[in-house]
Amino acid sequence: MALKPVMIGERIKRREDPRLIRGMATYTDDVKLHGMLHATFVRSDHAAGRILKIDATRAKALPGVVAVFTYDDLRGQVGPAPCTTVLPGMNHAPHPLLADGDVRYVGQPVAVVIAKDKYVARDAALEVEVEIDAKQAVVDVEAALLPGTPLVYEQFGTNLAVHLAMPHPETERLFAEAHGTIALRLVNHRVAPVPMEGRAVVAHWEDGPQKLTVWTSTQTPHGCKQQIAICLGLPELRIRVIAPEVGGGFGQKIPNYGEECLLPWVSRKLRKPVKWAETRTENLAASSHGRGHVTHVEAAHDRDGKVLALRGKTVAELGAFASMLGPAIPTFTHLLAAGPYTMKAVSWEVDVVYTHTMATDAYRGAGRPEAAYNIERVMDALAAKLGIDRVEIRRRNLIPAGSFPYSAPTGAVYDSGNYQACLEKALLRFDYAAAIAARDRARAEGKLSGIGVATFTEICGLGPSTGTAAPARAGTWESAELRVEPTGAVTVMTGASPHGQGQETAFAQMVGDAFGIDIDSVNVVHGDTDIVTHGVGTFGSRGLVVGGSAVHMAAQKILAKAKRIAAHLLDTTEERVNVEQGVFGVAGGARKLTFADVASAAHTWGVAIPGEEPGLEAVARFEPTGTTFPFGVHFCTVSIDRETGQLTIERFLSVDDVGNIINPLLADGQRLGGIIQGLGQALCEEVRYDENGQLMTATFMDYTMPRAAMFPRIELDTTCTPSPLNPLGAKGIGELGTIGSTPCLVSAVLDALAPLGVKHVDMPLKPEKLWRLIREAQQQSGGAR
Amino acid sequence: MIPAEFDYAVPRTLEGAARLLAGTEGAKLLGGGMSLIPALKHRLAAAPLLVDLGRVAGLDKISVMAGKIRIGGRATHAAVMSHPELARVHVFAETGEVLADPQVRNRGTFGGSLVHADPAADWPAVFIALGGEATLVSATATRRVGADAFFQSLMTSAVREDEILSEVTFPLPGAKTGTAYTKVRQPASGFAIVGVAVCVRAERTGVIDEVRIGVSGVNAVPFRARSLEDRLRGRAVSGPALRAFASEIAEAEPLDDMHASAEYRRHLLGVYAVRSLERAIARAQA
Repeated sequence: MALKPVMIGERIKRREDPRLIRGMATYTDDVKLHGMLHATFVRSDHAAGRILKIDATRAKALPGVVAVFTYDDLRGQVGPAPCTTVLPGMNHAPHPLLADGDVRYVGQPVAVVIAKDKYVARDAALEVEVEIDAKQAVVDVEAALLPGTPLVYEQFGTNLAVHLAMPHPETERLFAEAHGTIALRLVNHRVAPVPMEGRAVVAHWEDGPQKLTVWTSTQTPHGCKQQIAICLGLPELRIRVIAPEVGGGFGQKIPNYGEECLLPWVSRKLRKPVKWAETRTENLAASSHGRGHVTHVEAAHDRDGKVLALRGKTVAELGAFASMLGPAIPTFTHLLAAGPYTMKAVSWEVDVVYTHTMATDAYRGAGRPEAAYNIERVMDALAAKLGIDRVEIRRRNLIPAGSFPYSAPTGAVYDSGNYQACLEKALLRFDYAAAIAARDRARAEGKLSGIGVATFTEICGLGPSTGTAAPARAGTWESAELRVEPTGAVTVMTGASPHGQGQETAFAQMVGDAFGIDIDSVNVVHGDTDIVTHGVGTFGSRGLVVGGSAVHMAAQKILAKAKRIAAHLLDTTEERVNVEQGVFGVAGGARKLTFADVASAAHTWGVAIPGEEPGLEAVARFEPTGTTFPFGVHFCTVSIDRETGQLTIERFLSVDDVGNIINPLLADGQRLGGIIQGLGQALCEEVRYDENGQLMTATFMDYTMPRAAMFPRIELDTTCTPSPLNPLGAKGIGELGTIGSTPCLVSAVLDALAPLGVKHVDMPLKPEKLWRLIREAQQQSGGAR
Repeated sequence: MIPAEFDYAVPRTLEGAARLLAGTEGAKLLGGGMSLIPALKHRLAAAPLLVDLGRVAGLDKISVMAGKIRIGGRATHAAVMSHPELARVHVFAETGEVLADPQVRNRGTFGGSLVHADPAADWPAVFIALGGEATLVSATATRRVGADAFFQSLMTSAVREDEILSEVTFPLPGAKTGTAYTKVRQPASGFAIVGVAVCVRAERTGVIDEVRIGVSGVNAVPFRARSLEDRLRGRAVSGPALRAFASEIAEAEPLDDMHASAEYRRHLLGVYAVRSLERAIARAQA
């Protein structure tokens, strides 16, 4: 920014919070329209089968029921569900909005009941008789590729959706010549994103203006508008999508879902507004899941523990259909496979596989946590093999500080970094030597005590549009429009669609500083496609990096015009005008103009300025020329109860580098949430299906969310290496916590169990699993404890 | 929450509640609603009439008099765990602290937890260990059922469809008596994978004069670990001997689910029986 920052860098409290905390915010389910009907979905109880009969006679007879629709009503009229990443050569089956003959996962919509209220709709949904000839389901992703396995789609003759090969010409030679190799099989199990607010849609078709308005809980309102247009065959011009308050997304609300397309069709057909809000069980069963990778990874290394090359094969669960970005997620696992480490070659293969389960899609980190987990486990295993300290092995492999921008053998170009400085700061803050001494004392007393470490980098604010696997028909840019009122107050319209990140606060801080105005004179508007005419959305840690940069560009445009106007008013030239804290003046001159003075003059136009239009507004789109690479170092200590396998996290430290930070309070919040989500996966979260494809984790009685009481106070610190790729020098922060924390905890648990000879464990680190490892190790050593 | 339609009544007296319950086939009592409401929400339960006990006078009363503890059926978990007169019987506060979360503790009821007879609820173990007795009131009769006969099968107690659990009484633990409850929480639900309540009278020498052990979470029905009680009574047992006894509780027929296998539950039962016993014995000796 041109001006000396006043608010940037300050821990300003979220302006969003008072309304959210006091229940004064409007979420989609709070939208009530005159004559609004309610939808309830009838969903498949079977993971695999053929629908023999759907009989809605009794349901339709209930008072208050307006309609029951099945696929026969939709045929040729609407659908299929959006998927924008049909990769070349992919076995792709369009996913109908309601099951067309076959069901392929528990929770798949089979029929939709429309009624005058949600109680009648639910009563009626239970009265819809669906007869399904159940078939054998395939749930295990590796078994799905074996011959003779039941097929999710008979027509493909295989459950393989697509095979992705990302070879490097040097890999095989480096493996052949290496001093040694290691190999690991790593499971990154399936989890559920679980936003606090589930998905919800209100669709309202109006015959008068011929306009469809859709309120939906989404991270991508503009993409949603586009997909509804395609699905319904309506011009985008006739559609307005509003993302009102959105209670979290974590990637689950990037994809546009069948329900978001079906409700508009229903509203148009019945000429009434219609609402659907999912239950928690629907959210757990039929909103996208994340992760679900099994990876065989091999590393070739030299005598000193330097990794020369990496070879991986990932089997990735796609689920029963290709969700919007699902097939593309594993490509990020390859792109980030080398992590923050130098190596000469990386070759990766991915089998993207259909199973009779809910579709997977982006989940906080989306492919990068999987990559970080793989390479961090490799580093730990290598350290163990060579008897080198786990920090030392990382030191030997980290990309040197002077080598940025750095071209990795995966094709990724890392923008900037100083991994050594971050590591040294973390070592100091954690007091690694003291932690080792404490661990060794505990061990001497017979306790199971461990230290975990992870050094990681990741990928944020993807770009440019030309060079990425971005969603089809959407670039990697973001938009901003700034309108200055005659009073000097500013309305910011951003294409970012925040849903908890706090950009209403961060963007107001930036704009306030740009113009020297109070934060309360800045209004940030988002999530309405009729007001913010173009946008991409909030995901992939791009809100500030890309969206914030667009706001910055628009502010600079306004400032330039404001200077020209000020020059005219001050009877001077543009070059001689100084701007400081929103005050325009000439060096040595007594006359000063405030930003409000200039804004007023721009609107009243009492003094016409030659060559200028009245008014003060600007539109900008920021297109990233490359992708930012935030990084960090996590340390933790754990203890494990020998008798029961119960795990206690005693300390957790996160030192991260996300470039310049606009609001450290928001940044801390993003990191804490991410760390807890990452630890949640490592500790307890797990989506489980039984062998018949029945979902066993369909409520919070069985799906284990991480709770505050499971964790110590998380210690946070930072280093700052600005990104050269955007005017803010920011790197992105939303997903960072989930990327380092997961391998860090596993590292600590394996360290705690190392004295027993335990070398491997898969997540989640449930007590029974650890108890069995302890017991087996003790039995093998023939010893009592 | 989107339940099936039901009628709702709020009687002011126990007799009125009993009459309403008797008057409508399938009517259900609403205490704190911590189990019933989710069941209604998931359409696992439906009732033509809910009889809300929330305003029945005196039903939440807690008192200690003449060597007896009385806990009203509708007393909340929070009230039980924080009642000053129950403070010296450690097991009440100790159980409350590991029962669900503050929201549930403020709404859920002691009596509801017993009547619902969830095998993984916490109070059933305490009810058994303290040798409690439940007073059951219907429109026509009142009867008492002791803890040993109260839990009959999975999710089924001795309470009949037309009965209200109005009160639970316990003999006030006397001198040289200690109580304790330890549990392993099922991490998602907070219910017990294993919960062991102990009431023990022990001499300074460590000799156990009397002991009762109640177990939640392990079997399909909360149970009394009599086999272990019998091995401990009249002896001073600690250390490896205690661990060895606790690892062989004959009554255990452990459940097996995704949160804990039968084998792990059996192991944890032994570990937590020892932990509860050691704690209760130490308190008895204090």
